[in-house]
Amino acid sequence: MQNLEQTSRRNFLKIASAAGGGLFLGFNWANAAAVPVIVNPESLAAGAVNFNSFLTIGTDNIITIFSPNPEIGQGIKTAFPMIVAEELDADWTLVKTVQANLDSSKYERQVTGGSGAVPHSWERLRKAGATARYLLVEAASKRWNVPVSEITTEKGKIFHKSSGKSLAYGALAEEASKLTVPKEVKLKDEKSFTLIGQSVRNVDNKNIITGKPLFGLDFYREGMLFALIQRPKAFGLKLKSVDAEAAKKMPGIVNVVTFENSVAVVGKSTWQVKKARELLKIEYEKEFDLESSTDHNRIFKQLLDGGEATVRRKNGDVDAAFKNAAKVITAEYQCPFLPHSPLEPMNFFAHVREDGVELVGPTQTPDRARGEAAKITGFPPEKITVEITRQGGGFGRRLAADFAIEATHVSKLMKAPVKVIWTREDDMTGGTYRPAVRYRFEAALDKSGQMIGYKLRGVGMNAGNPTREDNFPSGAVDNLLIDSVDHKSPITTGPWRAPITNFLAYAEQSFLDEVAEAAGKDPVQFRLELLEKAKKAPVGEIKYDIDRMIAVIKLAAEKSNWGKKKGVHQGFSVYFSHRSYVAQVGEVIVEKGKPVLKNMIAAVDCGIVINKSGSLQQVRGGVVDGIGHAMYGNLTFKDGVPDQSNFNGFRLIRMNEIPEVDVHFVDNGISPTGLGEPALPPAGAAAANAFYRATKKRLRNQPFIEEEAFKNIS
Amino acid sequence: MALLKLQINNRSYETDVEEDTPLLWVLRDNLGLVGTKFGCGIAQCGACTVHLDGEAVRSCTLPVSAVGKGKVTTIEGLSEKGDHPVQKAWDEIDVAQCGYCQAGQIMTAAAFLKKNPKPTDAQIVETMSGNLCRCGTYHRIREAVKSAASKTK
Repeated sequence: MQNLEQTSRRNFLKIASAAGGGLFLGFNWANAAAVPVIVNPESLAAGAVNFNSFLTIGTDNIITIFSPNPEIGQGIKTAFPMIVAEELDADWTLVKTVQANLDSSKYERQVTGGSGAVPHSWERLRKAGATARYLLVEAASKRWNVPVSEITTEKGKIFHKSSGKSLAYGALAEEASKLTVPKEVKLKDEKSFTLIGQSVRNVDNKNIITGKPLFGLDFYREGMLFALIQRPKAFGLKLKSVDAEAAKKMPGIVNVVTFENSVAVVGKSTWQVKKARELLKIEYEKEFDLESSTDHNRIFKQLLDGGEATVRRKNGDVDAAFKNAAKVITAEYQCPFLPHSPLEPMNFFAHVREDGVELVGPTQTPDRARGEAAKITGFPPEKITVEITRQGGGFGRRLAADFAIEATHVSKLMKAPVKVIWTREDDMTGGTYRPAVRYRFEAALDKSGQMIGYKLRGVGMNAGNPTREDNFPSGAVDNLLIDSVDHKSPITTGPWRAPITNFLAYAEQSFLDEVAEAAGKDPVQFRLELLEKAKKAPVGEIKYDIDRMIAVIKLAAEKSNWGKKKGVHQGFSVYFSHRSYVAQVGEVIVEKGKPVLKNMIAAVDCGIVINKSGSLQQVRGGVVDGIGHAMYGNLTFKDGVPDQSNFNGFRLIRMNEIPEVDVHFVDNGISPTGLGEPALPPAGAAAANAFYRATKKRLRNQPFIEEEAFKNIS
Repeated sequence: MALLKLQINNRSYETDVEEDTPLLWVLRDNLGLVGTKFGCGIAQCGACTVHLDGEAVRSCTLPVSAVGKGKVTTIEGLSEKGDHPVQKAWDEIDVAQCGYCQAGQIMTAAAFLKKNPKPTDAQIVETMSGNLCRCGTYHRIREAVKSAASKTK
């Protein structure tokens, strides 16, 4: 067994000491003022100071920046250091990024979720870089005996132009570290950014393309055991008895241990425990109803018609509006359960020792993993370390802590370092899905085609509130009622990239397309009229920025040459989620009688774009994700058991099925508002509305591929 | 268990494993070559793609006993310095998001271009459609394969 070290603090210390004992300009990411703390390299190298949050400048001019948030493919490990380096005027080619471990005393929000990392850290990171630069300039001013105002910085160097003097940052790091840290520091004018807004390649590219151990599944430790867990095969079952005799006799098996409803087969290799697991004889008993998709469809209908609903938003008099309506449009939309399917299946390493716990692995919420391990072991959080690995996708699945809980249990029971691995089947059938939801929309139009009433009821399977009641068109309709009903299902659900909005946006924006048609209006014009109305005469509170929404609508219309292309069927959609605004146009062409989604045009307002390359791909990837799942994604159930368990039954979009995705960013200088999720929600509706133009059939259920419009089309 | 000799990345390895163990798990668990990824275990996603005598194969369903004297190349051995034209194109075009599927994508592309150095766009799409990318980096994968093809002779 090889001991493959991850990029860890230990590795970092090696890098740091290799840098030749330069000075460490630490800063506290958690502090809004981001006042750097000067760290003595000797004490750091000796391990006496446990700083995870700092930038260091080595005497060899290498600047090392810790990135605290988990990297799951959203590009944070590249974007964060770019922001620091911008204000520091660092030479990007000399910047090294290191993934920080969990340290809540240093970091405020070590979470990947809600598209929130850059919006949250923007000011903090800029101040951190700017403060380090300030100290370097001060140090140069003292050494050269020239005023600070005559000193300039560029690409890791400090210049005094009139005397022709210059020094690299590394040469001044030690002096700079002895100076008093300023309380306030001036940030750059955003127009003078030289790095932010450029295309910067993923900092891990070299490691990725050469197959270096980066991911949780790549983590190995001397003496580590492997565990596969048998969980109840149906949602609603609980463990009754286990016969593990045959499994235990298999080669390489160390033991079989049971906790809660889980049976863990522990052994010396993944394959051995996988084979042994198949020999477990387990009896289960029913704890809850074993639900099938047919049950869900029946429950949806019951709750839409007669469920006790929670009112989410109410404006005006809806009953009167519908009574007086010249026309009423009603439609129902439904979306199935979905697994997250990150390509790296769930896995986690735990070593419960006598003096504490070591956790290593892919998690979007390391703090949650630690909290759960604390509960299981009784150790206080300070005795539990969490090392965050690079993660092969997340999509919200790794916001759960089940894998960390399992690893902790098994390690505790085995008194050994253990890695729990999930197979794809475990992953797909193991729950915390995107919830299934059905919506009923009703719109009332007056004689002139104005929308005078709007009703939405959402019914979800463990979806909580499946509406976003303050989103558009709320605020633009005089009489409005949005309510919801939740069915408590034994099938577990959780956040899935752009929670709720990943299906709500599709349903709502498709329905608005129906309403526009009934009103005899162009879909773009219809939305703009509603937004103008909301601006002039807002109904109740408005929690989205009308102007930003209008701007992306107009940009998408312009870039797609909306309504003017011959032989191209266009569909429109716009959505506000996670603080950002995205409008999309889908373009369908009919080829040999078959409607094909050829292009997607996206207009995006996420504020200032940090990394052009990463952001462009983030939008393309979000659109592909949205289209792929709307088109093909379906997880159905029979007696509590998922019908699909791997990629042969559950269809993910492939290269031959993607549209071209043309991306345009709004340049408005607004501080970043998030990009990990916002491109996904509008995709489904832009496609559905375009397919409708081509086929005259509405796509009111996901996956589209099973809808009437695609029947009898090879 | 059987003592097997394997030729991987121009090196000889000896390992004691059960003969039905898929090559993927021998690479990962026994030999520490973790660049080859586990994604589905049923040859659907392509994350585990390696070369066997130059052919792209799915190591998750290939029993190690079937490898015999065949020469295995993994992502770690595709080039000495990570500068195979396909690897370079992947970096230049900045393909990866999470990066997990990319070793498999690169191995598929490298084997494909060796056989077909001047592929059409349709051939690229046909071949690369066998590999899943959950992040949706397909546009850039396609671009990178094209770019690598233009630079290979």
